[in-house]
Amino acid sequence: MEWSWQVVYEVLPSMLDGLIVTVQASLVGALLAYVIGLFLALLKMSKTWIIAKTSYWVSECIRRTPLLVQLYFLFYVLPDFGIFLSPFVAGVIGLGIHFSTYTSEVYRAGIENVPKGQWEASRALNYNAYQTMRHVILPQAIPPMIPPLANYLITMFKETPLLSAITVVELFNAANIFSNSHYKYLEPMTLVGLFFLIISIPAAYAAMKLEQKYKPKNAG
Amino acid sequence: MEKIIEFQNVSKSFGDLQVLKNLDMHVNKGEKIALIGPSGSGKTTILRILMTLETIDSGHVVINEDYLWHQQTGSGLVAASEKHLHQMRENVGMVFQQFNLFPHLDAITNIVEPQVLVKGTDRVDATVKAQKLLALVGLEEKAKHYPHELSGGQQQRVAIARALALEPKIMLFDEVTSALDPELVDEVLNVLRVLAADTDTTMLTVTHEMNFAREFADRVLFFDKGQIVESGHPEKIFTTPEEPRTRNFLKKFIKDIA
Repeated sequence: MEWSWQVVYEVLPSMLDGLIVTVQASLVGALLAYVIGLFLALLKMSKTWIIAKTSYWVSECIRRTPLLVQLYFLFYVLPDFGIFLSPFVAGVIGLGIHFSTYTSEVYRAGIENVPKGQWEASRALNYNAYQTMRHVILPQAIPPMIPPLANYLITMFKETPLLSAITVVELFNAANIFSNSHYKYLEPMTLVGLFFLIISIPAAYAAMKLEQKYKPKNAG
Repeated sequence: MEKIIEFQNVSKSFGDLQVLKNLDMHVNKGEKIALIGPSGSGKTTILRILMTLETIDSGHVVINEDYLWHQQTGSGLVAASEKHLHQMRENVGMVFQQFNLFPHLDAITNIVEPQVLVKGTDRVDATVKAQKLLALVGLEEKAKHYPHELSGGQQQRVAIARALALEPKIMLFDEVTSALDPELVDEVLNVLRVLAADTDTTMLTVTHEMNFAREFADRVLFFDKGQIVESGHPEKIFTTPEEPRTRNFLKKFIKDIA
Protein backbone atom coordinates (compact mmCIF):
# COMPACT_ATOMS: atom_id res chain seq x y z
CA MET A 1 0.00 0.00 0.00
CA GLU A 2 1.38 3.36 -0.96
CA TRP A 3 0.60 6.83 0.33
CA SER A 4 -1.35 8.78 -2.30
CA TRP A 5 -1.31 12.57 -2.23
CA GLN A 6 -4.15 12.42 -4.74
CA VAL A 7 -6.41 10.81 -2.13
CA VAL A 8 -5.33 13.43 0.41
CA TYR A 9 -6.23 16.16 -2.05
CA GLU A 10 -9.66 14.63 -2.71
CA VAL A 11 -10.64 13.94 0.91
CA LEU A 12 -9.28 17.12 2.45
CA PRO A 13 -12.18 19.53 1.67
CA SER A 14 -14.85 17.36 3.28
CA MET A 15 -12.57 16.63 6.22
CA LEU A 16 -12.02 20.34 6.85
CA ASP A 17 -15.79 20.76 6.94
CA GLY A 18 -15.90 17.83 9.35
CA LEU A 19 -13.21 19.41 11.51
CA ILE A 20 -15.34 22.53 11.87
CA VAL A 21 -18.28 20.39 13.02
CA THR A 22 -16.02 18.57 15.48
CA VAL A 23 -14.77 21.82 16.99
CA GLN A 24 -18.28 23.25 17.16
CA ALA A 25 -19.66 20.10 18.78
CA SER A 26 -16.83 20.12 21.35
CA LEU A 27 -17.28 23.77 22.24
CA VAL A 28 -21.09 23.76 22.42
CA GLY A 29 -21.04 20.42 24.24
CA ALA A 30 -18.49 21.73 26.74
CA LEU A 31 -20.50 24.90 27.31
CA LEU A 32 -23.56 22.76 28.06
CA ALA A 33 -21.48 20.50 30.32
CA TYR A 34 -20.21 23.52 32.27
CA VAL A 35 -23.66 25.06 32.74
CA ILE A 36 -25.64 21.87 33.43
CA GLY A 37 -22.82 20.64 35.66
CA LEU A 38 -23.07 23.77 37.80
CA PHE A 39 -26.79 23.23 38.37
CA LEU A 40 -26.22 19.55 39.03
CA ALA A 41 -23.53 20.41 41.60
CA LEU A 42 -25.89 22.82 43.37
CA LEU A 43 -28.60 20.14 43.46
CA LYS A 44 -26.14 17.54 44.78
CA MET A 45 -25.10 19.94 47.56
CA SER A 46 -28.71 20.77 48.43
CA LYS A 47 -29.57 20.67 52.12
CA THR A 48 -32.83 18.95 51.21
CA TRP A 49 -31.98 15.29 51.52
CA ILE A 50 -34.30 14.04 48.78
CA ILE A 51 -33.01 16.55 46.19
CA ALA A 52 -29.39 15.77 47.01
CA LYS A 53 -29.93 11.99 46.83
CA THR A 54 -32.05 12.05 43.67
CA SER A 55 -29.63 14.25 41.77
CA TYR A 56 -26.72 12.15 42.97
CA TRP A 57 -28.28 8.95 41.62
CA VAL A 58 -29.43 10.51 38.34
CA SER A 59 -25.89 11.74 37.88
CA GLU A 60 -24.45 8.31 38.70
CA CYS A 61 -26.78 6.59 36.21
CA ILE A 62 -25.70 8.94 33.43
CA ARG A 63 -22.04 8.66 34.32
CA ARG A 64 -22.02 4.85 34.57
CA THR A 65 -23.63 4.19 31.17
CA PRO A 66 -21.91 4.60 27.79
CA LEU A 67 -22.24 7.89 25.96
CA LEU A 68 -22.90 5.93 22.76
CA VAL A 69 -26.06 4.40 24.24
CA GLN A 70 -27.23 7.81 25.44
CA LEU A 71 -26.70 9.26 21.95
CA TYR A 72 -28.78 6.46 20.42
CA PHE A 73 -31.47 7.16 22.98
CA LEU A 74 -31.56 10.87 22.16
CA PHE A 75 -31.54 10.39 18.41
CA TYR A 76 -33.36 7.11 17.76
CA VAL A 77 -35.61 6.59 20.81
CA LEU A 78 -36.88 10.09 21.58
CA PRO A 79 -38.69 10.34 18.20
CA ASP A 80 -40.95 7.52 19.46
CA PHE A 81 -42.07 9.99 22.11
CA GLY A 82 -42.58 12.72 19.55
CA ILE A 83 -39.26 14.51 20.20
CA PHE A 84 -37.22 14.98 17.04
CA LEU A 85 -33.70 16.36 17.32
CA SER A 86 -31.27 17.05 14.51
CA PRO A 87 -28.12 14.88 14.66
CA PHE A 88 -25.96 17.79 15.73
CA VAL A 89 -28.38 18.96 18.44
CA ALA A 90 -28.84 15.42 19.78
CA GLY A 91 -25.05 15.03 19.71
CA VAL A 92 -24.17 18.16 21.69
CA ILE A 93 -26.99 17.53 24.18
CA GLY A 94 -25.66 14.01 24.69
CA LEU A 95 -22.09 15.23 25.15
CA GLY A 96 -23.21 18.08 27.38
CA ILE A 97 -25.36 15.96 29.69
CA HIS A 98 -22.89 13.09 29.87
CA PHE A 99 -19.96 15.32 30.77
CA SER A 100 -22.02 17.51 33.11
CA THR A 101 -21.89 14.59 35.55
CA TYR A 102 -18.10 14.94 35.53
CA THR A 103 -17.98 18.74 35.66
CA SER A 104 -20.48 18.75 38.54
CA GLU A 105 -17.93 16.76 40.55
CA VAL A 106 -15.29 19.36 39.71
CA TYR A 107 -17.54 22.12 41.03
CA ARG A 108 -18.54 20.16 44.12
CA ALA A 109 -14.95 19.23 44.98
CA GLY A 110 -13.83 22.81 44.35
CA ILE A 111 -16.35 24.19 46.81
CA GLU A 112 -15.87 21.46 49.39
CA ASN A 113 -12.10 21.91 49.31
CA VAL A 114 -12.44 25.43 50.68
CA PRO A 115 -11.55 24.97 54.36
CA LYS A 116 -14.34 25.01 56.95
CA GLY A 117 -12.56 27.89 58.69
CA GLN A 118 -13.38 30.14 55.73
CA TRP A 119 -17.11 29.54 56.23
CA GLU A 120 -16.73 30.16 59.95
CA ALA A 121 -14.76 33.37 59.45
CA SER A 122 -17.47 34.60 57.06
CA ARG A 123 -20.11 33.87 59.65
CA ALA A 124 -18.09 35.54 62.40
CA LEU A 125 -17.80 38.64 60.21
CA ASN A 126 -21.57 38.48 59.69
CA TYR A 127 -21.49 37.92 55.92
CA ASN A 128 -24.82 36.73 54.56
CA ALA A 129 -25.08 33.54 52.48
CA TYR A 130 -24.69 35.38 49.16
CA GLN A 131 -21.69 37.43 50.34
CA THR A 132 -20.04 34.29 51.70
CA MET A 133 -20.34 32.54 48.34
CA ARG A 134 -19.54 35.53 46.17
CA HIS A 135 -16.67 37.08 48.17
CA VAL A 136 -15.14 34.18 50.10
CA ILE A 137 -15.93 30.71 48.77
CA LEU A 138 -16.10 31.08 44.98
CA PRO A 139 -12.96 33.22 44.62
CA GLN A 140 -11.07 30.39 46.31
CA ALA A 141 -12.98 27.52 44.70
CA ILE A 142 -12.93 28.62 41.04
CA PRO A 143 -9.19 28.85 40.21
CA PRO A 144 -8.51 25.18 41.04
CA MET A 145 -11.55 24.21 38.94
CA ILE A 146 -10.22 25.74 35.74
CA PRO A 147 -7.57 23.12 34.79
CA PRO A 148 -9.88 20.08 35.22
CA LEU A 149 -12.68 21.86 33.34
CA ALA A 150 -10.24 22.57 30.50
CA ASN A 151 -9.16 18.93 30.52
CA TYR A 152 -12.78 17.80 30.12
CA LEU A 153 -13.05 20.02 27.04
CA ILE A 154 -10.08 18.13 25.55
CA THR A 155 -11.63 14.78 26.50
CA MET A 156 -14.94 15.77 24.89
CA PHE A 157 -13.12 16.83 21.74
CA LYS A 158 -11.60 13.35 21.59
CA GLU A 159 -15.01 11.68 22.11
CA THR A 160 -16.74 13.49 19.25
CA PRO A 161 -16.25 10.62 16.72
CA LEU A 162 -19.02 8.86 18.67
CA LEU A 163 -21.41 11.38 17.11
CA SER A 164 -20.82 9.63 13.78
CA ALA A 165 -23.09 6.87 15.14
CA ILE A 166 -26.02 9.27 14.95
CA THR A 167 -25.07 10.50 11.47
CA VAL A 168 -23.25 13.69 12.44
CA VAL A 169 -20.66 14.33 9.76
CA GLU A 170 -17.79 15.38 11.98
CA LEU A 171 -14.11 14.89 11.23
CA PHE A 172 -14.04 11.11 11.59
CA ASN A 173 -17.31 10.54 9.80
CA ALA A 174 -16.27 12.76 6.89
CA ALA A 175 -13.18 10.61 6.43
CA ASN A 176 -15.14 7.41 6.96
CA ILE A 177 -17.71 8.27 4.32
CA PHE A 178 -14.94 8.88 1.82
CA SER A 179 -13.14 5.68 2.82
CA ASN A 180 -16.22 3.51 2.51
CA SER A 181 -17.03 4.74 -0.97
CA HIS A 182 -13.44 4.79 -2.30
CA TYR A 183 -11.99 1.86 -0.36
CA LYS A 184 -9.12 4.08 0.70
CA TYR A 185 -8.44 4.03 4.45
CA LEU A 186 -4.74 4.82 4.91
CA GLU A 187 -4.79 8.50 4.01
CA PRO A 188 -8.19 9.54 5.46
CA MET A 189 -7.65 7.78 8.80
CA THR A 190 -4.07 9.05 9.09
CA LEU A 191 -5.39 12.53 8.49
CA VAL A 192 -8.06 12.08 11.18
CA GLY A 193 -5.35 11.15 13.66
CA LEU A 194 -3.18 14.06 12.56
CA PHE A 195 -5.99 16.59 12.88
CA PHE A 196 -6.80 15.36 16.38
CA LEU A 197 -3.14 15.60 17.35
CA ILE A 198 -2.70 19.05 15.86
CA ILE A 199 -5.44 20.33 18.13
CA SER A 200 -5.08 18.12 21.24
CA ILE A 201 -1.36 18.54 21.78
CA PRO A 202 -1.34 22.33 21.96
CA ALA A 203 -4.59 22.20 23.97
CA ALA A 204 -3.07 19.75 26.45
CA TYR A 205 -0.03 21.99 26.72
CA ALA A 206 -2.27 25.00 27.36
CA ALA A 207 -4.16 23.03 30.04
CA MET A 208 -0.85 22.20 31.69
CA LYS A 209 0.04 25.89 31.74
CA LEU A 210 -3.33 26.61 33.36
CA GLU A 211 -2.56 24.04 36.02
CA GLN A 212 0.69 25.74 36.85
CA LYS A 213 -0.95 29.15 36.87
CA TYR A 214 -3.75 28.13 39.22
CA LYS A 215 -1.71 26.00 41.58
CA PRO A 216 -3.23 26.76 44.98
CA LYS A 217 -1.28 29.18 47.15
CA ASN A 218 -1.56 27.87 50.66
CA ALA A 219 -1.67 30.20 53.58
CA GLY A 220 0.77 29.65 56.42
CA MET B 1 -22.63 46.05 87.11
CA GLU B 2 -24.37 45.57 83.83
CA LYS B 3 -24.44 42.07 82.41
CA ILE B 4 -23.65 41.79 78.71
CA ILE B 5 -23.56 37.98 78.41
CA GLU B 6 -25.59 35.46 80.34
CA PHE B 7 -25.74 31.66 80.04
CA GLN B 8 -28.85 30.29 81.75
CA ASN B 9 -28.84 26.55 82.35
CA VAL B 10 -27.19 25.84 78.98
CA SER B 11 -26.46 22.28 77.89
CA LYS B 12 -24.76 21.11 74.74
CA SER B 13 -23.73 17.67 73.52
CA PHE B 14 -21.85 16.43 70.49
CA GLY B 15 -23.28 12.94 70.02
CA ASP B 16 -22.74 11.13 73.30
CA LEU B 17 -20.29 13.66 74.61
CA GLN B 18 -21.84 16.34 76.81
CA VAL B 19 -19.61 19.40 76.56
CA LEU B 20 -21.74 21.83 78.60
CA LYS B 21 -23.81 20.71 81.58
CA ASN B 22 -26.49 23.08 82.85
CA LEU B 23 -24.06 25.94 82.64
CA ASP B 24 -24.90 29.21 84.39
CA MET B 25 -22.51 32.11 83.97
CA HIS B 26 -22.47 35.77 83.18
CA VAL B 27 -20.03 38.38 81.96
CA ASN B 28 -20.26 42.06 82.82
CA LYS B 29 -19.91 44.83 80.31
CA GLY B 30 -16.25 45.63 79.66
CA GLU B 31 -14.97 42.65 81.62
CA LYS B 32 -11.89 40.75 80.42
CA ILE B 33 -12.44 37.07 81.03
CA ALA B 34 -9.95 34.23 80.69
CA LEU B 35 -11.38 30.75 80.26
CA ILE B 36 -8.93 28.07 81.32
CA GLY B 37 -9.12 24.35 81.83
CA PRO B 38 -8.20 21.02 80.28
CA SER B 39 -8.95 20.51 76.59
CA GLY B 40 -12.43 19.18 75.92
CA SER B 41 -13.79 21.01 78.96
CA GLY B 42 -16.19 23.13 76.89
CA LYS B 43 -14.33 26.47 76.88
CA THR B 44 -14.13 26.79 73.11
CA THR B 45 -17.76 25.66 72.76
CA ILE B 46 -18.84 28.68 74.83
CA LEU B 47 -17.15 31.03 72.38
CA ARG B 48 -18.54 29.16 69.37
CA ILE B 49 -22.06 29.33 70.77
CA LEU B 50 -21.70 33.08 71.29
CA MET B 51 -20.50 33.43 67.67
CA THR B 52 -23.47 31.28 66.51
CA LEU B 53 -21.10 28.65 65.10
CA GLU B 54 -22.73 26.06 67.38
CA THR B 55 -26.32 25.79 68.53
CA ILE B 56 -27.39 24.96 72.08
CA ASP B 57 -29.46 21.94 73.10
CA SER B 58 -31.28 23.58 76.01
CA GLY B 59 -31.26 26.67 78.18
CA HIS B 60 -30.88 30.28 77.11
CA VAL B 61 -28.08 32.59 76.08
CA VAL B 62 -28.61 36.31 76.52
CA ILE B 63 -26.50 38.99 74.87
CA ASN B 64 -27.23 42.64 75.57
CA GLU B 65 -30.58 41.75 77.19
CA ASP B 66 -31.73 39.92 74.10
CA TYR B 67 -31.98 36.17 73.61
CA LEU B 68 -29.34 34.88 71.17
CA TRP B 69 -30.85 31.56 70.13
CA HIS B 70 -34.49 32.50 70.70
CA GLN B 71 -36.74 35.36 69.88
CA GLN B 72 -39.86 36.70 71.54
CA THR B 73 -43.06 36.43 69.52
CA GLY B 74 -46.71 36.89 70.41
CA SER B 75 -46.97 33.23 71.31
CA GLY B 76 -43.81 33.10 73.41
CA LEU B 77 -40.18 32.19 72.78
CA VAL B 78 -39.37 30.49 69.48
CA ALA B 79 -36.10 29.43 67.83
CA ALA B 80 -34.23 32.40 66.39
CA SER B 81 -34.54 33.13 62.68
CA GLU B 82 -31.46 33.69 60.53
CA LYS B 83 -32.37 37.38 60.47
CA HIS B 84 -32.35 37.54 64.27
CA LEU B 85 -29.00 35.74 64.40
CA HIS B 86 -27.65 38.20 61.85
CA GLN B 87 -28.66 41.12 64.07
CA MET B 88 -27.24 39.47 67.18
CA ARG B 89 -23.91 38.75 65.47
CA GLU B 90 -23.34 42.50 65.11
CA ASN B 91 -22.45 42.47 68.82
CA VAL B 92 -19.76 39.83 68.56
CA GLY B 93 -16.40 39.35 66.82
CA MET B 94 -14.10 36.37 66.93
CA VAL B 95 -10.44 35.52 66.35
CA PHE B 96 -9.68 31.89 65.58
CA GLN B 97 -6.86 29.54 66.44
CA GLN B 98 -6.17 29.01 62.72
CA PHE B 99 -6.44 32.75 61.80
CA ASN B 100 -8.84 32.04 58.89
CA LEU B 101 -7.76 35.08 56.90
CA PHE B 102 -9.12 35.20 53.36
CA PRO B 103 -6.14 33.88 51.34
CA HIS B 104 -7.21 35.53 48.08
CA LEU B 105 -7.13 39.04 49.58
CA ASP B 106 -4.12 41.03 50.79
CA ALA B 107 -3.87 42.08 54.44
CA ILE B 108 -5.56 45.44 54.10
CA THR B 109 -8.37 44.14 51.89
CA ASN B 110 -9.04 41.45 54.48
CA ILE B 111 -9.83 44.32 56.85
CA VAL B 112 -11.54 46.63 54.35
CA GLU B 113 -13.95 44.19 52.71
CA PRO B 114 -15.98 43.16 55.79
CA GLN B 115 -16.54 46.81 56.66
CA VAL B 116 -17.78 47.57 53.15
CA LEU B 117 -19.94 44.45 52.82
CA VAL B 118 -21.37 44.18 56.31
CA LYS B 119 -21.50 47.73 57.58
CA GLY B 120 -21.85 49.49 54.23
CA THR B 121 -18.85 51.68 55.05
CA ASP B 122 -17.45 53.76 52.22
CA ARG B 123 -14.34 52.04 50.81
CA VAL B 124 -12.15 55.10 51.36
CA ASP B 125 -13.18 55.41 55.01
CA ALA B 126 -12.82 51.67 55.50
CA THR B 127 -9.29 51.85 54.10
CA VAL B 128 -8.31 54.67 56.45
CA LYS B 129 -9.61 52.67 59.38
CA ALA B 130 -7.86 49.52 58.18
CA GLN B 131 -4.56 51.41 58.01
CA LYS B 132 -5.02 52.63 61.58
CA LEU B 133 -5.77 49.11 62.75
CA LEU B 134 -2.75 47.70 60.91
CA ALA B 135 -0.64 50.32 62.65
CA LEU B 136 -2.17 49.30 65.98
CA VAL B 137 -1.08 45.69 65.44
CA GLY B 138 2.30 46.87 64.10
CA LEU B 139 1.83 45.78 60.50
CA GLU B 140 1.29 48.97 58.51
CA GLU B 141 4.14 47.96 56.21
CA LYS B 142 2.52 44.61 55.40
CA ALA B 143 -0.75 46.07 54.06
CA LYS B 144 -0.21 44.76 50.54
CA HIS B 145 1.06 41.33 51.59
CA TYR B 146 -1.09 38.26 51.08
CA PRO B 147 -1.66 35.88 54.00
CA HIS B 148 0.71 33.24 52.58
CA GLU B 149 3.47 35.87 52.57
CA LEU B 150 3.03 36.54 56.31
CA SER B 151 4.19 34.58 59.34
CA GLY B 152 1.60 32.94 61.57
CA GLY B 153 1.96 35.69 64.16
CA GLN B 154 1.50 38.37 61.51
CA GLN B 155 -1.54 36.60 60.08
CA GLN B 156 -3.08 36.42 63.53
CA ARG B 157 -2.48 40.13 64.10
CA VAL B 158 -4.22 40.91 60.80
CA ALA B 159 -7.09 38.65 61.89
CA ILE B 160 -7.38 40.62 65.14
CA ALA B 161 -7.45 43.89 63.20
CA ARG B 162 -10.11 42.45 60.87
CA ALA B 163 -12.37 41.54 63.78
CA LEU B 164 -11.82 44.92 65.48
CA ALA B 165 -12.75 46.81 62.31
CA LEU B 166 -16.41 45.88 62.76
CA GLU B 167 -16.35 47.34 66.30
CA PRO B 168 -18.05 44.50 68.11
CA LYS B 169 -19.01 45.05 71.75
CA ILE B 170 -17.76 41.56 72.56
CA MET B 171 -14.51 40.06 71.28
CA LEU B 172 -13.83 36.34 71.46
CA PHE B 173 -10.30 34.96 71.25
CA ASP B 174 -10.19 31.20 70.74
CA GLU B 175 -6.71 29.88 71.61
CA VAL B 176 -5.27 32.53 69.33
CA THR B 177 -1.64 31.57 70.02
CA SER B 178 -1.98 27.77 70.03
CA ALA B 179 -1.13 27.37 66.34
CA LEU B 180 1.92 29.63 66.55
CA ASP B 181 5.61 28.81 66.86
CA PRO B 182 6.71 29.71 70.41
CA GLU B 183 8.79 32.71 69.31
CA LEU B 184 5.72 34.27 67.66
CA VAL B 185 3.39 33.97 70.65
CA ASP B 186 4.46 37.17 72.36
CA GLU B 187 3.87 39.48 69.41
CA VAL B 188 0.21 38.39 69.39
CA LEU B 189 -0.22 38.48 73.16
CA ASN B 190 1.27 41.97 73.26
CA VAL B 191 -1.44 43.17 70.91
CA LEU B 192 -4.07 41.64 73.18
CA ARG B 193 -2.48 43.28 76.23
CA VAL B 194 -2.70 46.70 74.55
CA LEU B 195 -6.31 46.07 73.56
CA ALA B 196 -7.31 44.90 77.02
CA ALA B 197 -5.83 48.01 78.60
CA ASP B 198 -7.19 50.50 76.08
CA THR B 199 -10.72 49.49 75.26
CA ASP B 200 -13.96 48.98 77.12
CA THR B 201 -14.79 46.11 74.77
CA THR B 202 -15.83 42.96 76.61
CA MET B 203 -13.28 40.24 75.93
CA LEU B 204 -13.36 36.50 76.42
CA THR B 205 -10.24 34.54 75.76
CA VAL B 206 -9.68 30.80 75.82
CA THR B 207 -6.00 30.28 76.49
CA HIS B 208 -3.33 27.93 77.75
CA GLU B 209 -0.93 30.82 78.38
CA MET B 210 -1.38 31.10 82.13
CA ASN B 211 0.93 34.07 82.64
CA PHE B 212 -0.98 35.95 80.02
CA ALA B 213 -4.35 35.00 81.53
CA ARG B 214 -3.13 36.25 84.88
CA GLU B 215 -2.32 39.76 83.71
CA PHE B 216 -5.00 40.06 81.02
CA ALA B 217 -8.08 38.97 82.92
CA ASP B 218 -10.30 40.70 85.45
CA ARG B 219 -11.76 37.31 86.17
CA VAL B 220 -10.66 33.76 85.46
CA LEU B 221 -13.10 30.89 84.92
CA PHE B 222 -11.73 27.40 85.42
CA PHE B 223 -13.68 24.81 83.45
CA ASP B 224 -13.71 21.08 83.75
CA LYS B 225 -16.12 18.60 82.17
CA GLY B 226 -18.55 21.20 80.93
CA GLN B 227 -18.93 23.10 84.18
CA ILE B 228 -17.31 26.01 85.95
CA VAL B 229 -15.34 24.54 88.81
CA GLU B 230 -14.04 27.81 90.15
CA SER B 231 -14.03 31.45 89.19
CA GLY B 232 -12.49 34.55 90.59
CA HIS B 233 -9.78 37.19 90.43
CA PRO B 234 -6.65 35.88 88.70
CA GLU B 235 -4.42 36.51 91.73
CA LYS B 236 -6.74 34.38 93.83
CA ILE B 237 -7.12 31.56 91.28
CA PHE B 238 -3.43 31.39 90.44
CA THR B 239 -2.09 31.61 94.00
CA THR B 240 -4.70 30.12 96.32
CA PRO B 241 -7.25 28.12 94.34
CA GLU B 242 -9.90 26.50 96.50
CA GLU B 243 -10.81 23.50 94.41
CA PRO B 244 -8.45 20.52 94.18
CA ARG B 245 -9.23 20.15 90.49
CA THR B 246 -8.12 23.72 89.82
CA ARG B 247 -4.95 23.18 91.79
CA ASN B 248 -4.11 19.97 89.97
CA PHE B 249 -4.61 21.61 86.61
CA LEU B 250 -2.56 24.69 87.48
CA LYS B 251 0.32 22.63 88.90
CA LYS B 252 1.25 21.74 85.34
CA PHE B 253 1.77 25.40 84.52
CA ILE B 254 2.77 27.09 87.77
CA LYS B 255 5.26 25.62 90.19
CA ASP B 256 4.78 27.74 93.30
CA ILE B 257 1.11 27.12 93.90
CA ALA B 258 -0.37 26.73 97.36
